[in-house]
Amino acid sequence: MNSMEADRPDPDRTLTETRREEARQQRGRLKIFFGMAAGVGKTYAMLQAAQTRRTEGVDVVVGYVDTHGRAETEALLANLEQMPRRQIEYRGAVLAEMDLDAILARAPQLVLVDELAHTNAPGSRHVKRYQDVLELLDAGIDVYTTVNVQHIESRADTVRQITGVVVHEKVPDSLLDMADEIELIDLPPDELRKRLAEGKVYTPERVEAAANHFFRIGNLTALREMALRLTAEHVDHQLQDYMEAKRIAGPWKSGERLMVAVSPSPYAAEAIRWTRRMAYNLEASWFAAFIETSAGLSAAQRETLTHNLELVRRLGGEVVTAAGEDIVEALLRLAQQRNATQIVVGKPLHRHVLERLRGGSLVDRLIRASADIDVYVVSGRTADHETGAHPSLPLPQRQSTLRDYAWAFVVVAVVTIGLLAAHSFVPWVSYQAVGLIDLLAVLLIAFYLGRGPALLAALVSAVSWNFLFIQPRFTFAIATLEDIILFLLYFVIALFAGTLTARLRTRERQAQYNADRMTALYTLAHETATAVDMDDVLHTAIEQIGAVFDAEVAILLTQDGQLLRRVHPASTLALTENDLGVALWVFENNKPAGQFTATLPQATAHFRPLSTPGRTVGVVGIRLQQAGRLSFDQEVLLETFISQVALVIERELLDEAAEQSVMLRESERLYTTLLNSISHELRTPIATIAGAASSLLDPNTVLNDQARTALTGEIQTAADRLNRLVENLLDMSRLDAGRLQLKQEWCDISDVIGVALRRLATVIGDRPVAVTVAEDVPLIKVDFVLLEQVLVNLLDNACAYTPPDTALAISVTVEEGQVRIDLADHGPGIAPEALAHIFDKFYRVPGTAAGGTGLGLSICRGLVEAHGGTLTAWNRPEGGMTFSIRLPKPVQAPVVQEASL
Amino acid sequence: MTEGPHVLVVDDEIQIRRFLRISLEANNYRVYEAENGAAALTQAALHRPDVIILDMNLPDMAGVEVLRRLREWATTPVIMLSVRAADMDKVDALDAGADDYLTKPFSTVELLARLRVALRHSQPAPTEPVFTFGDVQIDLARRLVTRKGEVVRLTPTEYALLRLLVQHAGKVLTHRQILKEVWGPQYVDETHYLRVYFGQLRQKLEENPAMPRLIVTEPGVGYRLVTD
Repeated sequence: MNSMEADRPDPDRTLTETRREEARQQRGRLKIFFGMAAGVGKTYAMLQAAQTRRTEGVDVVVGYVDTHGRAETEALLANLEQMPRRQIEYRGAVLAEMDLDAILARAPQLVLVDELAHTNAPGSRHVKRYQDVLELLDAGIDVYTTVNVQHIESRADTVRQITGVVVHEKVPDSLLDMADEIELIDLPPDELRKRLAEGKVYTPERVEAAANHFFRIGNLTALREMALRLTAEHVDHQLQDYMEAKRIAGPWKSGERLMVAVSPSPYAAEAIRWTRRMAYNLEASWFAAFIETSAGLSAAQRETLTHNLELVRRLGGEVVTAAGEDIVEALLRLAQQRNATQIVVGKPLHRHVLERLRGGSLVDRLIRASADIDVYVVSGRTADHETGAHPSLPLPQRQSTLRDYAWAFVVVAVVTIGLLAAHSFVPWVSYQAVGLIDLLAVLLIAFYLGRGPALLAALVSAVSWNFLFIQPRFTFAIATLEDIILFLLYFVIALFAGTLTARLRTRERQAQYNADRMTALYTLAHETATAVDMDDVLHTAIEQIGAVFDAEVAILLTQDGQLLRRVHPASTLALTENDLGVALWVFENNKPAGQFTATLPQATAHFRPLSTPGRTVGVVGIRLQQAGRLSFDQEVLLETFISQVALVIERELLDEAAEQSVMLRESERLYTTLLNSISHELRTPIATIAGAASSLLDPNTVLNDQARTALTGEIQTAADRLNRLVENLLDMSRLDAGRLQLKQEWCDISDVIGVALRRLATVIGDRPVAVTVAEDVPLIKVDFVLLEQVLVNLLDNACAYTPPDTALAISVTVEEGQVRIDLADHGPGIAPEALAHIFDKFYRVPGTAAGGTGLGLSICRGLVEAHGGTLTAWNRPEGGMTFSIRLPKPVQAPVVQEASL
Repeated sequence: MTEGPHVLVVDDEIQIRRFLRISLEANNYRVYEAENGAAALTQAALHRPDVIILDMNLPDMAGVEVLRRLREWATTPVIMLSVRAADMDKVDALDAGADDYLTKPFSTVELLARLRVALRHSQPAPTEPVFTFGDVQIDLARRLVTRKGEVVRLTPTEYALLRLLVQHAGKVLTHRQILKEVWGPQYVDETHYLRVYFGQLRQKLEENPAMPRLIVTEPGVGYRLVTD
């Protein structure tokens, strides 16, 4: 490697560093006052530092500080603003917790939060206080906090080994990594014990117990060393980060990559913690591998596995799963794919006899096959029993029960009795044939009842075969060598065939399960892909998730970047106000919360963000029908489901956006046309009115009676024209906006026609209008005013485009379940090529006289269609044209009754 | 010349008020103005006008609201001015006690006619048993209806409708008002009764039932008996 290359920072690392830098600028800064044990003076140091900051003019508030009644500490608190605590009632007791929301609302520059490892009272938003701190940091607030070394997740085991104390309140190591500053508050063990004796750490009654247990000199020295080392490591890392960021040549981080094999064993937890510590010390990256085999796991094993994998995530590691029958082979394949340089496995406590037959234990084989990859074997001295309280939901797997064994026994017994009878009475059923039939029974048992019952059946049938059938019969002795070989072969074959069949069956089940999973995913993908709109997509998604997980599902969408505070109507899960709060948190933080998580676990449902690479498009809420939690597999499947749904929603949103932009362009085009059209239409009457009015003001015109009357008439006409234009525009916009509300009522069509004719009396003048209404025309349910508007527009049109003396005819008939209104004129008709366009907006037949916006007919058609009817126009062969309105005929005529007078 | 009726014009547009003042004063009305609902109520209490012209859309409160408050203490006839034909607020206003309505733009002739009808109805009507419109005559005392001198036979419901129209001649009656008066309060939504019976009435009384001149339909609102 030449020096040029060595000097060039790794681009990935630079990027990570830049990101971290960016995140740091938006995020608040975290300073941890770190100590080896209670009583070293962390809180005191934190308050002192806060006081200094306060004098510098920084806005400091106390989020939560417990002085434990220490006077000098209390004195330091005196002039700091303290946030009121939140009172939470829990089982009759009132617990005071830090009020996260109040601090977020107060938004100080710096907040003091004591005891980072604290577990919040049930009912708080987060389970752990460090989660509160993370949220504060995310909000851009600086945080000072305190923590002791025994609370650091990766040291928990060591602390337990040294002190015998099981630590329940743990803080992930990532918090230390995240800290911008760590200040070690160190105190020699002797001094600490002195302080303890003086009653400065605990109340007198607790002093003695503490001094004899946790605060033994040996313990304290070990804890002190741990604290010093952790701090030193951290400082070292910071220095290196700095050097790399500034391109200072120095020791590069190792290219090591650790892979820890995770199994469903409680001992794996320690291997995981060990790996995390080791990776940190080696400055290496690490990940956890889980190999899924066909062997089914018991509910307890699943639970432990889920717990172990959770631990990996908590420690900041990534979980990679692979499927394979041979764990060693799969592990090595993963290690190669992921460039792992070291593999960590837990040391099994006891060895299986069968393993030796198979070529040694997993560890032995792994070491032999690992070639240049280092293998660490970590002993699991102490099992991690910190498992969740909820049993996992059982997977579709088969554990043979006692019942299955009983069944196996019964089957063998029945077959044997049957064979005994057959052998006695039917000469050609030889004892060899009996053996083969027994073998068949064993295979069937293996297939249907599993491996254990098959082994039992093999044993029982072999013994009974020997006893009942092989010469000498009814003894366990076997006479001939041939029979001995036959018997032994039978036993071995039954054993192997039984095992193989059972394994085949298990694999088949696993394959079936995987296939079901794939089918579910495929169905989801397919159904959502073919869904026509957003509602359809969500409906399908909710149905599919609900069916696969046997759960109630709710989906919340966003609008204008905000989460809508109501579930989508297709949802099967109703949410309470509290649940909505959780959903909102999930949306804002883009992290799962609610049931099965550490955030707001008291919620009645599990919530996950619907996130795509670009944004969060909503939140899914799930409530399982059965009690229990999601297993690891189910969680993975759910995650896959949800990302799929999120992508589809994103796609729908993009489609909608695209559609809207098309609509926007279309409406822009229309509005341009509209403006061009109406500016002319507006100007003409305005010009007339303005001109006529100015003439009327002219003294010469005023004296001329005839001119004055004529001018006034012109003003009137122009005003009418303007009014009609405005009416048309309003109708148009209402139709376009879909805001048209029909006030449908029973109407007599002849009445509507009469009103329309009366309104147009001046326009129609002396023109003959024949109205014929068939006898059988019923009352129809329409909006009187709008239908009248249609008739007025059509009549007006007819009058405008036909010679003044030609007749008009209106006829109303009933045909094929419709009421048909025909308006016939005797004008010149319309050119066929124009006929297709007359209902288009702004279309005006070429060559027609000025005046008119080309809106009237378009509005007519819109109004008729709003009534569920049609409006058509056609040239009659004998001349003239007809407009036909067809409206649905009511199924039943309304009942009318006389007034009781 | 004796001073004519007092009219209060309520409209937020000064141009409308100005044009109404000119037209009304030319017809011997004494005009007061108000530009919003609150001022209208004050002016009405102060000047006790004989009739009020009230715009439906006022800046401070809906015209209907002004009407309701006014009706708490005064029976002064009110003519509402509505903006659009399809505007259904006017029906509410009529049901709430307005006497009539006009849709903008309207002609002064029309307005004066409505004002006359409104003023006439606000006077205690002399008990005139015989009423004539067009070529129809109705004798309320004898329950006799004649057209061109010939007796017209009406069903009891038809007669009740006609009598109601006559009692409010020239004024618009909403569907609800008619149904409530003739059929009873539980029938106020059965507008189809009216379609049928008014059709029958027109057949019996109108010269050309397809283009009625006496009993006219007010689209979406109700009916009116035209007297002049």
